[in-house]
Amino acid sequence: MRRAALISVPYIWLLALFLIPFLVVFKISLSDIALAIPPYTPTMRDGFWNMLSQLDFENFIFLTEDDLYWKAYVSSLQIALISTVLTLMVGYPMAYAMARAPDQWRPTLLMLVILPFWTSFLIRVYAWVGILSNEGFLNQFLLWVGVIGEPLTILNTNTAVYIGIVYTYLPFMILPIYSALDRLDGSLIEAAEDLGCSRLKAFWLVTVPLSKNGIIAGCFLVFIPALGEFVIPSLLGGSSTLMIGKVLFEEFFSNRDWPVASAVAVILLLILIVPIVLFQRNEQRQAEAET
Amino acid sequence: MSRLSPFNVVSLTLGFVFLYVPMLILVIYSFNASKLVTVWAGLSTKWYGELLSNEAFLDAAWVTLRVAVISSTIATVLGTMAAYVLVRGGRFFGRTLFSGMIYAPLVMPEVITGLSLLLLFIGIGLDRGVLTIVLAHTTFSMCFVSVVVSSRLMTFDRSLEEAALDLGASPLDSFRLVTLPIIAPAVISGWLLAFTLSLDDLVIASFTSGPSATTLPMKIWSSVRLGVSPEINALSTIMIGLVTVGVITASLSTKHAALRAKRDEQAATRAT
Repeated sequence: MRRAALISVPYIWLLALFLIPFLVVFKISLSDIALAIPPYTPTMRDGFWNMLSQLDFENFIFLTEDDLYWKAYVSSLQIALISTVLTLMVGYPMAYAMARAPDQWRPTLLMLVILPFWTSFLIRVYAWVGILSNEGFLNQFLLWVGVIGEPLTILNTNTAVYIGIVYTYLPFMILPIYSALDRLDGSLIEAAEDLGCSRLKAFWLVTVPLSKNGIIAGCFLVFIPALGEFVIPSLLGGSSTLMIGKVLFEEFFSNRDWPVASAVAVILLLILIVPIVLFQRNEQRQAEAET
Repeated sequence: MSRLSPFNVVSLTLGFVFLYVPMLILVIYSFNASKLVTVWAGLSTKWYGELLSNEAFLDAAWVTLRVAVISSTIATVLGTMAAYVLVRGGRFFGRTLFSGMIYAPLVMPEVITGLSLLLLFIGIGLDRGVLTIVLAHTTFSMCFVSVVVSSRLMTFDRSLEEAALDLGASPLDSFRLVTLPIIAPAVISGWLLAFTLSLDDLVIASFTSGPSATTLPMKIWSSVRLGVSPEINALSTIMIGLVTVGVITASLSTKHAALRAKRDEQAATRAT
């Protein structure tokens, strides 16, 4: 009896506030826009069979006809992919150095990586507006050094979006790679070197493959949220930066086209299912390998 | 392996410069007297004064704090229950669905979570305001709490609970007197995580709040869309300062507790 109560309270909460809302989105994505509040025609009012005959996929057809959406999905995937690779390139050397650092430094280094995660995401993205703008700190610095003759335009371009994503998601990349490298048995590398591997070769043949799970986990932890990102492209990106999170937000709040916004959400979810399932499988394999 | 090559030192240094310089610039320029953010015009605290006399910001801060405290507390209770069910519940009907619903919100884009909750609230005719933001925040942060707590529960020695039950404790007593004290650090970090997530959230709050409730991130958002503002720099500095103090205190106190436990252990071994 007590067990039933323990299970059902969080279960019902999640059903009511997580699963059912998705079904609502799905339903509205299949209804027509109406000039009313709420601005869509109800789909389920007259019973189930009636509903089936009323369903139409015109919102989805609309999405395929207007190439804005198609471009937004492709460019979101592209931006998320490029930023993930960049984050890996910045994060791996850091995680590697942390794993090689003397034992007494490690707690401090870890805290330094985690600390930005606790500070406001919005503020960390905002900090870059003042740095990347035309008269911002980066341009002033580069002009002063004399590397460039006139200010570079970085803010409101995709470059700024990459910088923003790398900056905010870096801890998510470093932590899983660090924990994989931390468990790595150093004698394996010594063995490789004893057997005639150069240091670089030992790194590629031993260290990288053994930290593979950390790399995979880190990449998914950056890629998945970056794909639906809204704050970074809106604040740092330009009008030409198309990302699906931003399109959805605008479709909903500016155009007030709820059925189309819902259809955009349904397709984003379908795209996300693939990496999410892959990520779960990687985590499960890792958990099984440990036990 | 604990030898740092020059390459390691360089990558760590550059990495931490990259992580900390942007925040440092915000902090420094919050004390700038000029309204132009890139021109230094001497030291001043006037933006802090303006911030603290700005009613709209104070109201938003109060709303945010209330939402964060209430939602993280409910989320901690629900999340701990969910973790207990996942780790100890055994088999029950719909277990796969349940664990799916716990893990999915962790990776769900905020725009989708926000949109779906808003459509639900409108569908059932619930007025949007503090209550709806609390419901939304509780839902996604309980999943984070449950992940943190369940990882602690998995490494927990079950025989301690069984011993308490054998010695005549009721299941509730054994949870209260044995399990809870042991998983307490995870429950506390879960609460802190939920609290920060709630303080920080812009997207879900924008979808689920109504005209009666504006949170601090929403207020920040509407002013930074127009560009850099010195008041927001001052606000950022206050928030960065609070977090830094909090994190350092927390890590020092865990270190302290670990040292004390070690000392006690040594004293106990000597005594026997």
